[in-house]
Amino acid sequence: MLKINSYRKTFFPGTPNEVRALQGIDLEIEPGTWVNVIGTNGSGKSTLLNAVAGAFLPDEGKIFLNDREISRWPEHRRAKLIGRVFQDPFSGTAPSMSIAENLALASRRGQVRGFGRALSPSRANQFRGQVAAMNLNLEDRLENPIGTISGGQRQSITLLMAVMLKPSLLLLDEHTAALDPKSADRVIKLTQNFIQRDQLTTLMVTHSMAQAASLGDRVIMMDRGRIVHDISGSEKERLRPEDLLDRFEDIRRANQLDESVTEMLKSQFV
Amino acid sequence: MSLLIGSLTIGLILSLLAFGILISFRVVAFEDLTVDGSIALGGAVTASLIVGGMNPYLATLCAMLAGGIAGAITATLYTRFGINRLLSGILVMTGLYSINLRIMGKSNVPLLSHNSVMDSADALSRFLFGEETLIPIFGWQATARDISGLILITIYASLIGAILYAFFCTHLGLAMRAIGDNSTMIRASGVDVAMMTTLALFIGNALIALSGALIAQYQGFADVQMGIGMLVWGVASVILGESLVGTKKIGFLIAGAIMGSVLFRLLIAIALRWGLNPNDLKLITAVFVFAALVLPKVFSVGSRFKKVSANA
Repeated sequence: MLKINSYRKTFFPGTPNEVRALQGIDLEIEPGTWVNVIGTNGSGKSTLLNAVAGAFLPDEGKIFLNDREISRWPEHRRAKLIGRVFQDPFSGTAPSMSIAENLALASRRGQVRGFGRALSPSRANQFRGQVAAMNLNLEDRLENPIGTISGGQRQSITLLMAVMLKPSLLLLDEHTAALDPKSADRVIKLTQNFIQRDQLTTLMVTHSMAQAASLGDRVIMMDRGRIVHDISGSEKERLRPEDLLDRFEDIRRANQLDESVTEMLKSQFV
Repeated sequence: MSLLIGSLTIGLILSLLAFGILISFRVVAFEDLTVDGSIALGGAVTASLIVGGMNPYLATLCAMLAGGIAGAITATLYTRFGINRLLSGILVMTGLYSINLRIMGKSNVPLLSHNSVMDSADALSRFLFGEETLIPIFGWQATARDISGLILITIYASLIGAILYAFFCTHLGLAMRAIGDNSTMIRASGVDVAMMTTLALFIGNALIALSGALIAQYQGFADVQMGIGMLVWGVASVILGESLVGTKKIGFLIAGAIMGSVLFRLLIAIALRWGLNPNDLKLITAVFVFAALVLPKVFSVGSRFKKVSANA
């Protein structure tokens, strides 16, 4: 279970470039729940994922995973509990190493890495079976450098790597955004399969309203570093992409109103 | 003939230097400038310990340990104190110059009258050639001791290359290789990149110091200046090796480092034979590395240009 308590993060504080990325996030996710995160550019949705993954430490607030406080843990320590897939297909794998070697790396996520042989014949067979089950036609090319396969295939492999050791939390950061529609579709199906198979607690950032509405158990919408909508239960089941677009429109209007009010106040008082 | 054998032997000893540079520059992508200091450190530590009466093998091990510590310090300056990578290496290298002088007590320590790991070459020579001292090879005469030395160093270099390859196939070695390839990914897999970088630089500089220790024992002296320009030399060997094997597979890179180092040493020996002024050696090496780095780019730009004009 993931629990975030009044999390705040400001980048470059006290400079002209100051960014209040997360302004008090409270979030609780039940085990086995799939939560989609949507929001405009700069709303803080990817920052939220990075905060949980440990890319930076909080200014204020706490994060709990499996009832353990992880707010001060470095990124590599949190990796023991968290599996991740990034937006950029190049981020999730080591390009000049073979597919099998990448899988071997993932098979030790968060564990002690000793002098044991990484790719014994039995492990190689196991990897071949896992890859074959994904229907990517890669099972006979496991010795090839992973940099030579397509973006969609790489994202599929990265997904397999993230769930190979069952993570307490799966973080997906727009993991289909950089793919062509067909590959994106395939990766999403794979994602669904893995999440259902292992009952994974998932936090998925997406830019696709269709994905947000049709997948998962809950949707949170972010704006300017805050969670502004939280849709779950029967409301989530009835949710259509248009409903989400309407809410975006509301936010946009409200923001414009804010801006015009600021302008007005400026012209009157400054 | 003895010039050829000498070049091969030095080339093989320096392949250990190339291994070290392969680990830091390629495997973990850390531009480690400690090299010039740690190779001389290896020579200095072995020389003083051997002169002090220690077993030469033990002295060589101590040299490796000292080199490893120097590398770990460079890594720590970068990972814990946030000092720029190049500057971290330069700081340690500069400091090592004084430390090496302190260790040796003077700028040059002769070893010819002492035991060394090269003594095993004499034993090997007696085993292989009996009491013969001059062995004919392809019509030339070579001393049995030179040939045995070459055989011995070949065994050492291949053995260390094999151990290195085996290491890079373990879980630990795999994680180390991923650092230079994609540090984001390996961090997300739960690897402490700072620790792993430190370990890589420890191993790399231990090998570099080993190379320095062997050179000192082969040449019969350790000199505080012996490290100057060795970094560029090693980089040249690694680049040459990469172009010889033409792949990024780690086993080939290790074999390539040996071949590159030997080939580069032979090229230099030939150039010297043809009358190259030894004072120009470092300049030639530097120009060679420059050419090796830039020429592939020039050619690829050229081919792209050709493609564009072919399409038009």
